[in-house]
Amino acid sequence: MAEAIAVQPDAATAGPVLEVAGLRKEFGELVAVDDVTFSVPQATSLAIVGESGSGKTTIARMIVGLERPTAGTITACGADRSAPARSARDRRRRGSEVQIVFQDPYTSLDPRQTAEATVDEVLRLHHGWPRDRRRARIAELTELVGLDGRQARALPRALSGGQRQRVAIARALAAEPRVLILDESVAALDVSIQAQVLNLLADIRDSTGVTYVLISHDLAVVRQLTDEVIVLHRGVVVERGATASVLDDPQHEYTRRLRASVPRPGWKPRRGALLGGGEEASG
Amino acid sequence: MDQSAAAPPGAPLLLVEGLTVRLPVEGAQRAVLRDVGLSISPGEAVGLVGESGSGKSMTARAIDRLLPRGAQVAGTISYDGTDVMSLSGAAMRRYRNQVAMIFQDPRAHVNPVRRVGDFMTEALRTNLGVQPAEAATRAADMLGQVGIADGRRRLRQYPHELSGGMLQRVMIATALLTEPKLLLADEPTTALDVTTQAEVMAILDDLRREFGLAMLFITHDLELAAAICDRTAVMYAGQIVEVRQSALLHDDPLHPYTAALAAARPDIAQTAPRLAAIPGRPLSAFEAPEEECAFAPRCPHVRDICRAETPELVGLNGGLSRCARAIELRGQLTPAHAPDGGSDG
Amino acid sequence: MSELMSRARAGDAAPLVTVREPRARRGAVGLLRATGAAGLASAVVIAIATVIAVIGPLIAPFSPTLVHPSLPWVGPTGGHLLGFDVEGRDVLSRLLAGATSSMLGPLAVVIGSLLAGTLLAVIAAWRRGLVDAVISSGLDILFAFPGILLAVLAAAVFGAGLPAASIALAIAYMPYVARVLRGAALKERSQPYVAALEVQGASATTICLRHIVPNIMPLIVAQATILFGYAMVDLAAISFIGLGVQPPAPNWGFMISENQVGIPQHYPLPALSAGACIVAVVIAFNVLGERLFEQAQASR
Repeated sequence: MAEAIAVQPDAATAGPVLEVAGLRKEFGELVAVDDVTFSVPQATSLAIVGESGSGKTTIARMIVGLERPTAGTITACGADRSAPARSARDRRRRGSEVQIVFQDPYTSLDPRQTAEATVDEVLRLHHGWPRDRRRARIAELTELVGLDGRQARALPRALSGGQRQRVAIARALAAEPRVLILDESVAALDVSIQAQVLNLLADIRDSTGVTYVLISHDLAVVRQLTDEVIVLHRGVVVERGATASVLDDPQHEYTRRLRASVPRPGWKPRRGALLGGGEEASG
Repeated sequence: MDQSAAAPPGAPLLLVEGLTVRLPVEGAQRAVLRDVGLSISPGEAVGLVGESGSGKSMTARAIDRLLPRGAQVAGTISYDGTDVMSLSGAAMRRYRNQVAMIFQDPRAHVNPVRRVGDFMTEALRTNLGVQPAEAATRAADMLGQVGIADGRRRLRQYPHELSGGMLQRVMIATALLTEPKLLLADEPTTALDVTTQAEVMAILDDLRREFGLAMLFITHDLELAAAICDRTAVMYAGQIVEVRQSALLHDDPLHPYTAALAAARPDIAQTAPRLAAIPGRPLSAFEAPEEECAFAPRCPHVRDICRAETPELVGLNGGLSRCARAIELRGQLTPAHAPDGGSDG
Repeated sequence: MSELMSRARAGDAAPLVTVREPRARRGAVGLLRATGAAGLASAVVIAIATVIAVIGPLIAPFSPTLVHPSLPWVGPTGGHLLGFDVEGRDVLSRLLAGATSSMLGPLAVVIGSLLAGTLLAVIAAWRRGLVDAVISSGLDILFAFPGILLAVLAAAVFGAGLPAASIALAIAYMPYVARVLRGAALKERSQPYVAALEVQGASATTICLRHIVPNIMPLIVAQATILFGYAMVDLAAISFIGLGVQPPAPNWGFMISENQVGIPQHYPLPALSAGACIVAVVIAFNVLGERLFEQAQASR
C-alpha cells in the first residue's frame, strides 16, 4: 500500500532534486540571506541549521515560492523556480514537486476543515480523480501518518499538537512531492511526541523515497534525521558537510559554539562574549 | 511519605505539601495538580521537569498566587514558615518582593509603551520606597551584573528595541532588584536561541550563587534542569513522580517515565536506528484515571499492581519515586535496559 | 524561529482553559445559546419583526391606506387597538403593513454593504502592499461622507424613494464593514495554513472564497446584525424627512414624521408606537449583534 505513494524518480533528471545557487534575499537594507549555495541529491536528507536571524526560514520560504529571491537561482526537479509561477498549472506543478510542513501545529491547518477534508482538497487540486479513488488515497495517507478513523474525521481543535502535525504531513504528502521541507516541524512538540513524529518521518522516507530538507535549530534532531548539514549564521553558510562529521568535529567557531551550547548530561553553562557583541533587537 | 526526605537538612525556605488545585472549566471542576509536594532549601536550585499537561507551570503559579479566578486550592504552601495562601495586603507585597518570578515570554509580560527603566524600578519605588535616582542606579548596576553594558542608556530604551535574549536578561535583573530569596523561573529560556540560552543560564547560575538565591527552575528539558539544579523533580499528569539528585537522574532514574523521557530524546552524538518513543500522549491531571498510576497506560513495566491504586511516593537512595514497582525496578530503568523500541502512539 | 516556540509549545496534552478547548461543533442554535438571555430575547424580537415583515399586510385587521376623514386622532376603540392616525387610518394596520418596507430597506443596505465591503477587504488583505494602500485610502475618503448626506444627494439626483436611499446608505456603510473585515482577513491571510495552500498551488480565489471568508464569517454575521440596526435608524430618518418611502405606502419612519404634530396635541399614540417599533427592533439587532461579535472574537 505504501508503494502506491512512492515517489517516482524522474528518469530524465538523474541530477540533484533540489539545487540552490547564489541565493540572496534582502529586506530593505537587511540582508537576510547572502550568497547561499547547496544541492540536495535525490532520496537524501539535508539539514539547514541556524538560530533566529540566520535566514534558514527565509530560504525555505523562497524554495516553496512564498518569498521571491533578490538574486540567485532555485531549481527543483530540473525546473527553475526562481521567479514566481506564471500560471495556475505552473503553481500546481511546483506544488507537486516541493511541499512544506510548518512549525506551528495550531495555525497550519484550516480550523474549519476536518483532516480528511484537508487532504481531500489537495487531492482534488492535483488529480482529477473520482471520489472513490480519493477516499482510498485519503485512507492510505492517514494510515501512513498514524491517524485512526476518528482522528481523520475530527476538526483540528479536537486534535493534539502531535496529531495536527500528522495531518499537516499527510496533507503535504498528498501532493506526492519529491522534496519535503520540514520547517522546524517538530520544534513545538513535547519530547515524547517529537520522538514519535521523528520515527514516522524516517518511516515515510524509507517507504516513499522522499527527500527531506530539515530546517532546525535542534542539533540532536538534525543528527537523528539527516545525512548532510549546512550551518547558517546571519545569512551566510559557515560550514557544511556530513551531519556526523560536522557535529562530531565542528570546524567553524560558530558551529563549535552552537555545539557547545546544547545541554547534555554533565553540561555546565559558561558565560562568554556573544558573537557580534550586543544584540540589537535582531530576534 | 515526607516529601522533603530527599532534600538537604535544615528548615526549608519553601514547603509545598499535598497541593491539589482544581480549575473551573465549562462548568466542571478539573484537577490540574494532584497532591503535589516540594521543598526548597535556602540557596538551593530545584528543577521541575515535565511535558505539557504535567502541571509544572501551574505549580509555580500556585506558589506565586497567580492562579486563575475560581481556582480551588487544597494543601499548604509555606514560605519561611508562613502560610502563603492566607497572605494579603502589605504582607502579600513583602512576599512578592521575596519571591520573584520570571516568565517564558518576556514580551508578553512587559508594557511596550514604558521605558525599560520605568518597569525595572517600579517595585523598588512603590513597594520599597526607594528614591527614583537611587533606584535607577541600582537598576543600571544590576544590568551590568547580567551582562548588559551601558546600563544607563538601556534604561532609557523601550522593550521593542531589545532582542529576546536581552529582554529576558532585563527581566532577570528586574527580579533580582528586590533582593528576593526565591526565584521562580518558568521556562525562562525556551523561547531563546540555544546560544543565548546557554548565556542566560550561565548568568542565572552565577547570580544565584552570588546572591545565595533559591530557585525553582521549570523546563521541559531534562538535561537543562540537570545543568544548574541540584535536585530535579519530574511531573506527570499533575503529580510529582520523581525527585532526584540531578547528577543521578539520567543514569539512575527511579521512575519509568523519567527513564522513558530521557530515552526518547535524540542523541546529538549518534543516530539511533529508531528512537525509543513512548506510545500514546502525555495526559493532563484531569484526564488521568483516579485510582491507578497515571503513567500505567504508557508504561513498559506495567503490572496489575499499577492499576490497583494511585501509587504513593517511595523514598529510595536519597530520592523519591511514585512508582508501585520502584524498588524492584531499581537499576533496570536506564536507556540501556529499556524494552525494545516500543510501538508508536 | 525560537521566538515562535514559546507561543507554540502548548504541546500535546488536552488544553485546559484556553479557547482551543475541544468541544462539539456548535451550529446556529449553540451560538444563539451562547449569546445569553439578552441575545435570545433579541433574536425572538427579530424573528417576530421578520415574520410580520413578510405577512404584515395579510394579517392587518383593516386596510392600512383607507382614509377616514372624520376620524383623525381617535383613540383605541372597537377593534382599532391603536386608534387612528392623522389621516384617520388604522394605526395598527399601518404598523403591520409598514414592517415590510421598514425591514426591507435595511436588509438591502446590509447586503449591499457587506458584499462590497467583504470583497474589498479580502482583496486588500490578500494583495497587501500597494493594492491595500489604494483601497484603504479610497475607503478613508468614503468615510468622510455621512450616510444621510449621501442619501439626500441620491434623492436629489435619482428622485426620492427607497431604492436610491438604500443604495446610497450601502455605499456609505461599506467602509465600516471593509475596515473591520480587512483586519480579520489580514490575520487569516498571514496564517500558515493559507501559506500551505499557496504552496499546494491553490488559486487566490479558491483560498479567499473557501478558506478566508468562511473563517471570518462569524465576524461578518456580527457586523451584519449591528449594521441592520444602524441602517434602520438612518432609513427611518430619511423617510422622516420625506426622501424615503413615499406616501401613502406605510413606513415606520414616515409615520413618525406625519404623526408628530399629534404629540403636542396630546395624541401621541400613532407617532410613539411607530417609534417604539423602530426602537425595539434596532435595540434587538444591536444587542444580538454585540453578543455575536463577542462570540466571534472569543472563538479565535
